[in-house]
Formats: sequence, structure tokens, C-alpha cells
Amino acid sequence: MSDLNKLGLAEARDALRKGDTTSVELTEACLKAIDAADALNAFVHKTPEVAMERAKAADERIKAGDAPSMCGLPVGIKDLFCTKGVASQAASGILEGFKPEYESTVSQKLADAGSVMLGKLNMDEFAMGSSNETSVYGNAVSPWRRDGDEAQITPGGSSGGSAAAVAADLCLAATGTDTGGSIRQPAAFTGTVGIKPTYGRCSRWGIVAFASSLDQAGPMTKSVRDAAIMLEAMCGHDPKDSTSAELAVPDFEAMLTGDIKGKKIGIPKEYRMDGMPEEISKLWADGAEMLKAAGAEIVDISLPHTKYALPAYYVIAPAEASSNLARYDGVRYGHRAALEAGDGITEMYEKTRAEGFGSEVQRRVMIGTYVLSAGFYDAYYNRARRVRTLIKKDFEDVFAAGVDAILTPATPSAAFGLGEMTEADPVQMYLNDVFTVTVNLAGLPGVAVPAGLDKQGLPLGLQLIGKPWEEGDLLNTAYALENAAGFVAKPQQWW
Amino acid sequence: MSIDQSTAAKVAKLARIKVEDDALPALADEFNNILGFIEQLNEVDVSGVEPMTSVTPQRLKRRVDEVTDGGQQPKVLANAPDAREGFFAVPKVVE
Repeated sequence: MSDLNKLGLAEARDALRKGDTTSVELTEACLKAIDAADALNAFVHKTPEVAMERAKAADERIKAGDAPSMCGLPVGIKDLFCTKGVASQAASGILEGFKPEYESTVSQKLADAGSVMLGKLNMDEFAMGSSNETSVYGNAVSPWRRDGDEAQITPGGSSGGSAAAVAADLCLAATGTDTGGSIRQPAAFTGTVGIKPTYGRCSRWGIVAFASSLDQAGPMTKSVRDAAIMLEAMCGHDPKDSTSAELAVPDFEAMLTGDIKGKKIGIPKEYRMDGMPEEISKLWADGAEMLKAAGAEIVDISLPHTKYALPAYYVIAPAEASSNLARYDGVRYGHRAALEAGDGITEMYEKTRAEGFGSEVQRRVMIGTYVLSAGFYDAYYNRARRVRTLIKKDFEDVFAAGVDAILTPATPSAAFGLGEMTEADPVQMYLNDVFTVTVNLAGLPGVAVPAGLDKQGLPLGLQLIGKPWEEGDLLNTAYALENAAGFVAKPQQWW
Repeated sequence: MSIDQSTAAKVAKLARIKVEDDALPALADEFNNILGFIEQLNEVDVSGVEPMTSVTPQRLKRRVDEVTDGGQQPKVLANAPDAREGFFAVPKVVE
């Protein structure tokens, strides 16, 4: 078989089971593709030795007839996941040199399912960003380019390295994390599939924390079927995460029938933004038509507090981040600033954090500090948490009225060029998450599915939002949309 | 609500991030820009609405109060920038 790195998880799994290829061959093909793709800056810590060792072990297991669900399948891991003995920096200078003594629950589950770790993937620093431009490793670059233009395009963020690596076939699939859209926005920007499960589905243990009440891990893959396979391997109760749900994990792949007859799909009127590009409105309308043609009923719905989701997020997420990132103090791990004579412990903290954190992280930590400070806690933080209750209620009301899933655009535009937003103020960048952030605030599952190309040849995605714990049903609707949209475009190799 | 330079300096101090004096005006501007965006929340009627504590209704689980882990001093110290004699080392805290 040739171009093994171009396979998806399901195809590769089936080929391995039939004996058409081996995990060692698959892994070697990916490692070769990774080494030829340094221009994308997607893999920032390569682990070829770990990969080959796991590939050999996987081949033994397959031969012995003892192959778990992802046995022998090579994947990339976002740098936010702690991986034992392998650099795990959250793309931050403050965690330089940090090699965890433990493995995150999700990456351990993936290893237990037999998958092969190829290395760690680029991202925005501490997952704060929408373009992978805040990384200490430098920008990750999308394999996609505008037609007839060599300008570098963002793969999105914060899981930009994961999205670039999957789109460029450097791995079969990758892990991502999503606090405000960090799986779904990069998936949409790169023509890949990304699902953020219900809050509590995946354990957060061992994942570097950004905003603990919003963070969830999920898979980034080449197809909906692959997302179902990998999500199942990542999910499950973990006593080490007190918010992890004690619920059985269904066989998501078995739920992909493509039959959505009689399903009620809501189209929220508040997502029709002023100035929305014509291409996005058309893509959205086309998506609704496709689901209708597949037998679903399309209904107009209202989520009245949508407008307040981003402002609420930019109180809650920085507040939680300021608390979570207090642990980076130059004492227990990572970077410590060089001190001058007479410097005490306060100077050590202040210099270490000024040197170790990039500007976006500093900005958010300070905003979070401000909204939690005496005198402002009620006006900002408590008000935002009340608005969050209302945003969740918007969704509950719609689901109670019989809606099964909600269809929206995934992003307000196609991917922009790296550096094109440098002059924009931070709030402009935050608007990238306008369609995704509501889902985190409400704790719901959401999936981005590639649905078309814009007039410049860049991918566009649609988002489906599901009911809590019904990822299987949501993935089935996504599967029907994927089948109808028939998105097959791939970036032309220039790297 | 407008943030002046002295408030920006106070926030930086609370966050334990060193900000040079000449960077304070730009920082204050950024804060004001972001807080201006956040101010939209004042339009929402939140009377009688409970602040969300947990997105999934749940009681935090309890476990038996017993030691389940420990004795990992070398692993705990393995990533420290400065560790001596089994302890984290820091600049002098008490004169």
C-alpha cells in the first residue's frame, strides 16, 4: 500500500486487521511525512522512538488477535496533554524543560487502546488564541493556501498544530482541546472534523488547565467515522477528575447509520450576524437543505442570549485562567527568571511570570485578576455566571421543545492569513469564537464538519450542536451531513 | 468603568507579573478595550438568576478520607528549577 499516512483511522484499522499493512509501516510513513513538513511547524516535539516501540508492540497484539480499538494507529497529541517523560509545555516559555512524571488520562486511554504517539503538536500558548500565533514555538502553518497565492494561512487555534497535522496527512488523527472553540474552529479552517464532547465526557486530569469549567478534550480527524472511533477511546469516567461523568460510553461508531429521518434540526436566528459573508450564509442554507433532503425537519429557533456569550466568556475564562495559572511561580517546574542581588521571592514571581508568559496570556491573567478583585467580583464575575445560566437555559428550552440538534456556521469566515490580524485589537480576534463559545458555556457537545470551499479555495465548516451526553446521535447527524456535503478537497502539497 | 495607569499597575502587582512603567499606558488601554466589550453584560436582566457553579447538575463526589498516594519526593522535585536536600529552594522569604 502507498501513502499510508493519508489513510483515516477506520481505513487503517481495517487494513491492519486484514493484514494488508502493519503498524510499523503506517508509523514509518507518518514519521517520514512529519520530517518533510517542518515548514508547517505542526509537530513541535517529535517522538519517533516512542512511536516505533508502540508500533512494534501493536503489531504483536494484532498478530496475537488481541487488538483494542485503535491498535497500531498513529496519532499526534496536542502539547497541552501531559505525556510521561516527553516535553509538555502548553506552548509556553514558562514550562520550558518540563517533562511530566505522569501521563494524562486521555493520552493514557489512547495508549491503552493501542494507538501510537508520533509526537506533540503546536498550539496557542495555554490554549489562548484562535490562530496559533501566540505559541512559544512560533506559528503553526495551514497546509491550505488561497488559490494562486503563497501567503501563509492560519490553521486556526488553539489546536492549530493538530488541525494542520491532520489536514496535511502527517498523522491519521490528533487530540485537541476546546475551551471556547479550539477544536471546532481549527477543524473548520482546515477541512477536518472536530468534536468537543459534553463537559465531563473526557477526563481533564493531566491536561494543562486553562478554564476548568469550560475545558474539554476531543478528537480531530479526517472523517466523522474516525471521530466516533477516537472519541470512544478518549471518553470514560475517571476518579481523578471530580467533574468526570460516571456514565457508560456507547459504541459511537455503531450509531452511525446515516438515518436522520424525523430528526428536528433547529436554525437559530441569532446566529445570522450583521455583515455575515454571503458564502457563509449560503453554506448554512445549503447545509439545512441537505439535512432536510435526508429526512430531517428544519425549524427556526431562538437562542436569545447568544449575543452575550462572548462577553460572558471573556470574564469567566480569564477569571479561571488567572487562578489556574497562579501555579506557574518558578518554584516547582519550568522557567525561573535570573535574579539580581537583593531580589526576594516577590521579585522572583514577578520576573519569572513576565518572562515566561507571552503577551496574550499576561493580558488574560490580568483581566481575570481584575474581574475577581475586591469590588468587581459581583459586577463582573458573578454577573457573567448569571448570564451563563441564561445561555444554558436558552438551549434547554429549545431541546425541551423537541429539537434534536442545532445547525450553525462553525466560523464567521474562512481562515485568515498569518499576521493579518496583528494590527486588530484583541476583541476582533475573540470574535472568531462567536458561534462556538455558547456550546462551552452550556457544556454541550458540538462538532465541526467540512462542508465546502470559499471562492478563494479555503475550507468552510458547519457546526452541529447536540443534547448533553448524546454525542452518538450528534455524530450520526454529522455523518448524514458529511455524506450529503461530499467534501473531498485536500490541500495541494507545497511544503 | 475606566482603568487608569495606577489601576493597571495594581492589577499587574496582584497578578504577580512585572510590567515596566512605560508599558502601563498601553496596558490600561487594552484593559479598557476589553472591559468595554464585557460591559455589554450590563444590558441583561439577571434579577433572580442564580450564578452557575456547575454546568452539569451534580454533587461533588466524596471519598473515604484516607491516604491513597504519596512517597514520591524525587518525582515531585524532578522538574524544579532549584531543589536541594529534598526541598524546593527559593530566595530568602524571612529575614
